[in-house]
Order: sequence, then structure tokens, then C-alpha cells
Amino acid sequence: MSGRPVLRPARLGPRDILHTGASGMRSRPMRVVLSALGIAIGIATMIAVVGISASSKEQLLRELDKLGTNMLVVTPGTDLLTGKSVPMPKDAAGRVARITGVQHVGATGSVPATVRRSEKIPDTITGGIQVQAATDELLTTLRGTMRTGTFLNSATGKYPSVVLGDVAAGRLGITSPGQRVFIGGQYFTVLGILDPLPLAPDIARSALVGWDVATGRLGFDGRPTAVYERSADASVDRVHDLIPRTVSPRTPRDVGVSDPSAGLQAKAATEGAFSSLLLGLGGVALLVGGVGVANTMIISVLERRYEIGLRRSIGATRGQIRGQFVTESLLLSGLGGAAGIVLGGAATAVYAVSSGIPWVIPAWAVAGGFGATLAIGTVAGLYPAVRASRLSPTLALHSA
Amino acid sequence: MSTATLIEPPAFEPPVVRLSGVTKEYPGGVAALRGVDLTVERGELLAIVGPSGSGKSTLLHIVGTLDLPTAGSVTIAGHDAAALSDRRLSALRAQHIGFVFQAFHLVPGMSAQDNVAEGLLYSGLPRAERRKRAARALERVGLGDRMKHRPHELSGGQKQRVAIARAVVGEPDLLLADEPTGALDSASGEAVMELIHELNQEGATIAVITHDTEIAARLPRQVRIRDGRVVEDSGPRGPLGSGRGAPGAAEGCGPETAPLPGEVR
Ligand SMILES: Nc1ncnc2c1ncn2[C@@H]1O[C@H](COP(=O)(O)OP(=O)(O)OP(=O)(O)O)[C@@H](O)[C@H]1O
Ligand SMILES: [Mg+2]
Repeated sequence: MSGRPVLRPARLGPRDILHTGASGMRSRPMRVVLSALGIAIGIATMIAVVGISASSKEQLLRELDKLGTNMLVVTPGTDLLTGKSVPMPKDAAGRVARITGVQHVGATGSVPATVRRSEKIPDTITGGIQVQAATDELLTTLRGTMRTGTFLNSATGKYPSVVLGDVAAGRLGITSPGQRVFIGGQYFTVLGILDPLPLAPDIARSALVGWDVATGRLGFDGRPTAVYERSADASVDRVHDLIPRTVSPRTPRDVGVSDPSAGLQAKAATEGAFSSLLLGLGGVALLVGGVGVANTMIISVLERRYEIGLRRSIGATRGQIRGQFVTESLLLSGLGGAAGIVLGGAATAVYAVSSGIPWVIPAWAVAGGFGATLAIGTVAGLYPAVRASRLSPTLALHSA
Repeated sequence: MSTATLIEPPAFEPPVVRLSGVTKEYPGGVAALRGVDLTVERGELLAIVGPSGSGKSTLLHIVGTLDLPTAGSVTIAGHDAAALSDRRLSALRAQHIGFVFQAFHLVPGMSAQDNVAEGLLYSGLPRAERRKRAARALERVGLGDRMKHRPHELSGGQKQRVAIARAVVGEPDLLLADEPTGALDSASGEAVMELIHELNQEGATIAVITHDTEIAARLPRQVRIRDGRVVEDSGPRGPLGSGRGAPGAAEGCGPETAPLPGEVR
């Protein structure tokens, strides 16, 4: 019984490893908090940087989703020889509407008139506001909404009534329907004010009047300057190809077709790219945090020489002592990492709520942040742990 | 060693401790031990006495395999310490040796029961079993009503009894105590020594380092050390009854077998 031929150290289970690793932390909670703080700040910064840009991107993507990517704008092209704009035919909108797959068509046309708050204001002061003729279906095609009042319809479009873009309304000082503005020598009643239109930003600075009123009373030539068309998602490409030939069968090259959602998509992509400077700052904080953990671990090893000696005398191997201190370091930095993820998430939430955008924390950022803390914990704990394991086991026998 | 494991009769059982010609020199030229021979049979209770600096603690380190000698051989429970890797030495300590320290070395903030269970942490037993055995060991040392107390809620004597429970909970072949009463008042020290006597009567092999001549005199065997040499050994009086005069006990130290002056405190 005494001469058992095999001497093999027992393995510690995961729970026991955790128990030894946590044994040093229990008695010094304040130090645990302070040494985990650096890592928490680093991770929080990185999570917030990534989270805020991801949230902004998500906001744009949702907007894009709402606006759809299936709208095309047809505009007059420029003559290759003269460099002049080639006007579209009067029935351009009707032609586009006949293309299979097209669901909605709206058009605007430039009206040679100015809009003023009253006749007393000289007509040289236009405030940069354009008067445009608009078809009834324009708002539906753009998926726009009214801030207040109603849009033009087939009845109101025949009378001197006007719908203002939000910027135009602000410049004219119009806040509610029923007020009047002075256009081309007569007063027009304001029917409503539009919300911003991300797909047609120039309409925000326009005063929209009915097509018939524009031709009848304001000298509009009836030629559209922009035709907006919405089709089924699947037929966008085909419609895109057909539009020039349909609108101008003889000179299809004089017709411009563009996708206004492309700009928004590009913007979403750049919003998603976060500031590498801020991210770098977070990285520096993380590094400093790692140094803090390493420092704490070295002190912990020095303070616990007797405990290390005791554990060696009880039968701990060098590897088990190393494991204990690496575990402690991992727990310290893991704690900081977890706190940092929560803090970073909270900072993103505050930003998202205050600017009215959705709250998004990418899973890869959380996983990456936590992975980084574990890597830092291992590196920070390795040297102190090796030192601990090399301490002489006779230390425990010296009186404290 | 192989014969010992095959044949069970106690006569062939290897001694728990066999040191021969053990020398320990520390870097810098201090020779803490100079050629110590010592054999401890199963079931013995011996005192290691000697003046301060004579090498008692060094001897205990080497017997406990916490340190290796610079020369000589150390065999513990049939295992040659020099032939074992650090890992296997750790396993040897986990399975065969228990330590009691003058300064107790209980883990602060951990209940008495958990402190005792810690003594089994590296034994491979599951946690529930470790705690169960720890409770039994605490009851054995008379602290069944202090299981949940933490070290700072215990008296010095109680702390040392917890430490003894931790050392014996794994039922080691050998219990080593370095001045276990050194930090205690005489009444608590008395109680601790009584416990050590009882554990020995139940079969434990125990070596106690002490300065206290009274305590030493009451133990069945005394080994006196001076300047790194065994100068007197009253010899094993274990179950084998091999009588006095362990090999080389007083070798080269003839005149000093009389009571030692340096040994008073
Ligand atoms: N780590 C060490 N390095 C160098 N010398 C040491 C070391 N440990 C002990 N010594 C020396 O070895 C000698 C024996 O020391 P040891 O601790 O074994 O004495 P001791 O008999 O236990 O004394 P005490 O009764 O005071 O505890 C002393 O001279 C001491 O200075
Ligand atoms: Mg000593």
C-alpha cells in the first residue's frame, strides 16, 4: 500500500480550476474592480464606436427599405454635339407608364415663375425656391408623406392651389394649409406641406402646382423635367433598358435614367465604416487595461507566496499553480470585458435613443471584444503565473 | 521497492522515511544538513529538536519533498524522491504527506470546512466527497461546531486544529509539523499536542519539530540535530521494536550526546 507504483497528479475539474482562480479575488473586491476598469473602458469604447456606426447604417438601410430601390428617374439628357439639354416630349410620362412592369409614374416640370410670400416682396427675391408643375401621382410614386394638409389631386390641380416642400415652406414662413403665397402674378392657396423626400431632395425647395394650372396660367410649356417611375423589383433592370427608347425612339441617347437610391446605398456603406481613430483609442485603453491586469497579477503573486507554498505542499503541481493564476487573470479581464460590453452597449443605446435611430450592436463586435479580453487576460497572466509556479514550495514553511 | 509492493507482511514494508547521507548546501556555501541518516517506520511519533539554525526546518523540507538534497538519498513511502519529476513529487505530497505549519496558513475568507477540504483539492476526489471528508476531519479534531467559521473567527488553537484537520484529511502516510505549537499559548499548545498523540495512536506516522523540551520529552522518540547533524536519536520504538541506535545516529559526535545547551529555547 505504501509503495504504490504510480504517482500521477490528479486533474482539476473546470469548477475547481475556477474555484482556485477566484480564490484571490474574493478577498479584494476593490482591487478587482479597479484593475478590470481599464479593460472595461477599452472594450466599451470599441463597442460604442462600432455600435454607433452600425446603428446609423441600420437607420439608413431601414429608410432605404421603406423608400425602395425600385424607383428610376428619367431626366433630359444633354446633346453630345451642342452640350445643351434636350427637352423630353410632353407625353413622356404617359409613354413610361405604358412600359410593362411600371406601376406608378409621376412627373415634375419647371415653371417659369417665382413664388413669394406676398406681392409686396420684389420678384427678384426668390429665396431659391423653384415653382414646378406636378402630376397627381407624384407623391405615391416617391412614397412621400405630407407633414400637413393634402397633396394635389385632379380637382385641386385645376385651381390656383399649391403644395410646398418642407424647405420651401420654411423659407416662405408658411406653417399650415390655408395660407396663401404669390405665384406668377396671382395668389395660390397652400394645400399642404411635404415631409422631406430622400429620393427627390430638390422637391423640398419647390412649390408644386397642378399641371393644368401651370400650363393655363403660368406659361408652362408642358414638357416634364423629371419623370419618376416605380416598377416591380424584378423588372427594374428591364424597365431601365426600355425607358430611353420609349421616351425618345429616335434619339434614345438623349435621355438620362438614374437610380436615386444608389446614393443612399453608398451613404449607408460609408456610415458603416467606423472611425479608425476612435477605434485605435479604444485599443490603447485596452492595452493599458491589460498592463493594469498584469500589474495586479504580479502583486497578487507576491502577496500570496505563502498560499502558493501551501498549495504546493498540499500537492499542487507547477502547472496547476500556473493554471490558477492564468485563470485569475482571465477572470479579471473577462469581468472587465463583460462590463465593457454592457457599458458600450448602453452608450450606443443612449446615442440611438437621443438621435432616434435603431439600436444595433453587431454580434461580431461583442465576440471580437470578448475574444480580445481573453487574449489580453492570457498574455497579462502568463508571466506572473510562471513566476508563481517557480516559487519554491518551501515558502509555506517559513513563518509569515 | 518491487518486492515490497508484491509481498504484504509488515516486516517487508518499506519505512515511511529513509534518509541516508543527506546533505543540503544552500548557494553561498551554507551547509544546513551534513550527512543525515534517518529512518522513520510506520506508526512512529518522533520529535525533531535542536537549537535555532541547526537545520530542523531544512530537514523537514527534504523529508516532505518540498526541497531536494544536494547529496544523499531520500525515500518516502518507498518512492525515491531523486528519481521523480516535479509533477510526480507533487502527486507524492498529495497522496502521502500532510503538513502542519507554525503560521497555520489557512486561506482567509474561506470557512473552516472549505479550508480543510482544500487539503483534498489535488487528490482527484469530487467536491462533494471532499467536503464530506472535511466535515469528518473537523469533527475528529473537535471542531464539529465550527464548520462555517472563517479563520478570523477562530482562536489560534482552533486555527491550528483546522490546519491539522487539513493535513490529515487525506489520510497521509506521514504527517510533518514544523513548530505546530510555536504560535500558541501553553493551554492551546497542550490541546494540539494531545490531538497529535491521539492521531498517532490511531495509526498516523508523525514527525514534530519543536523547541519545547517538555513537549519533546513526552514523545516516544527524539532526534536531536545540531549544526546539520543528527547528534542523538533515541531510535525507533514503533511496532517493529527495533530498539535504539538507528544507523549512524551519533556518528562523529561522541562527546555531544549529553544534554544540549543550545536547545533551551
Ligand atoms: N533558503 C536558504 N538559503 C540559504 N540559507 C538558508 C536557507 N534556508 C535556511 N538556510 C540556512 O540553513 C541553516 C538551517 O536553517 P533551518 O531553517 O533549517 O534552521 P532551523 O533549525 O529550522 O532553525 P529555527 O529553529 O530557527 O527554525 C541556517 O543556518 C539558515 O541560515
Ligand atoms: Mg525552523
